[in-house]
Amino acid sequence: MAQLTCKDLCLGYDGKVIVENINFSVSQGDSLYILGENGSGKSTLVKTILGLMPPVSGTVETSDGLSPTQIGYLPQQTMVQKDFPASVREVVMSGFAGKSGLRPFYTKEEKRACAENMKKMGISDFASRCYRELSGGQQQRVLLARALCAADKMLLLDEPVAGLDPKVSHEMYETIDTLNKKYKMTIIMVSHDIPAALKYATHILHVGSEVFFGALDQYLGSQLGSHYTKIHGGGEQ
Amino acid sequence: MSDIYEKLYYYFQFPFVRYALIVGVLIALCSSLLGVTLVLKRFSFIGDGLSHVAFGAIAIASVFNLTNDMPFVLLITVISAIALLAAGNNRRINGDAIIAMISVSALAIGYLLMNIFSVSTNLSGDVCSTLFGSTSILTLSVYEVWLCAILSFAVVAFFIFFYNKIFSISFDENFSRATGTKAGAYNIFIAVIIAIIIVLAMNLVGSLLISALIVFPALSAMSIFKSFKSVTICSALMSVTCTLAGILISILAGTPVGSTIVAVYIVVFALFYGVGKITVRK
Repeated sequence: MAQLTCKDLCLGYDGKVIVENINFSVSQGDSLYILGENGSGKSTLVKTILGLMPPVSGTVETSDGLSPTQIGYLPQQTMVQKDFPASVREVVMSGFAGKSGLRPFYTKEEKRACAENMKKMGISDFASRCYRELSGGQQQRVLLARALCAADKMLLLDEPVAGLDPKVSHEMYETIDTLNKKYKMTIIMVSHDIPAALKYATHILHVGSEVFFGALDQYLGSQLGSHYTKIHGGGEQ
Repeated sequence: MSDIYEKLYYYFQFPFVRYALIVGVLIALCSSLLGVTLVLKRFSFIGDGLSHVAFGAIAIASVFNLTNDMPFVLLITVISAIALLAAGNNRRINGDAIIAMISVSALAIGYLLMNIFSVSTNLSGDVCSTLFGSTSILTLSVYEVWLCAILSFAVVAFFIFFYNKIFSISFDENFSRATGTKAGAYNIFIAVIIAIIIVLAMNLVGSLLISALIVFPALSAMSIFKSFKSVTICSALMSVTCTLAGILISILAGTPVGSTIVAVYIVVFALFYGVGKITVRK
């Protein structure tokens, strides 16, 4: 059964349409990679799925016990975070802020879950360190641990390896793959990385002037897919 | 040394000196708490813009001869705060430009109104004291002290109660929105509180120096401390200490209150910045 279904989505802002006819659904345990050229509307799609901006038309529905606020989000780094004084623990704990309603403090149970998620991401050792002093890969792990605190069923990642070196990127992909396979989390990832998509994805959503959605091998069999992967995928294979 | 004690003791006999001290410390505490969030969210200039709006509102109030202008000024400033914040979310209009436009307009219109409908003979003196707050903190009424105490208490209570949400929204607004925090409502709430603090602070340091009250404690604390909690606590402590020191120095040396407090801030900031540079860990 589908956890997330997008029907006839037409995206854009200020009445200007960027991309239309997006139809796809994601079920538990899927690993969906969203591909497409820069400016094709990938980030807009992410914002729409998260409910941060309304679609021009069409619907985004969650089902199978998933509510819209239960999608863990790994955003691209913002300028604000580069000089934000916050300890790793504070950042990870803030994943619970949306769940706690009007309760002013975090519960013991939440603190325990926070420690567990930090352990899962291998960042327990720098729990008291300052977030801005960590390396790019470590920062991504912190944000991933925060996303795990906010949601345990679905993760939406917006270019999680942007700016990371190949070794750290590889570790990041492996970590995400573990969450997908071992913890049965549904993964939706915006990516430019074709080799990674070929290795880890179960489904592909290609956005642009042509829109494609289907299983990975269907995508590779399609004209759009074979063409796109040929142009962008050669490098690291 | 005993001279100083005697002099202070002498001044503390007067209720208005005690009022000034109480109000000063309360305002310093409130502004430092939200200062951290404002600086981090790149809203430092909202303080500046709003204080000019408040100045314009005071001018209007004095033209209409309102004897108690506090509620009127508060109302106008709160409305402007919300409007500024809403404009900040509108991607078609540059938030920076809007703040600059509104603050300059309010300043100009305010001065113009005061000039045309001049009610006092010493106009430039009036303007100067509104902008720099030279004496108004020494002319507080009991009513104003109570109002200030109640509002400050509300600000501190709000901050403690919503501390975790404020952290989450300041660090990453999109994430907190996506995971179910009502960021829009909190932003409006924060705007209202900023407006309240600015109107209160105008009595202390005047509208031009309010930004200093918001920015200095946060920047000083951020140059040394590494976690949000420690930065917040440090800037609150630093702000209260500097304000106390500033007021006492200004009493003893007979200098203008607002400028003296800011001068103390500058010295302490330089100190913190230096210590931060030396002890920086990489």
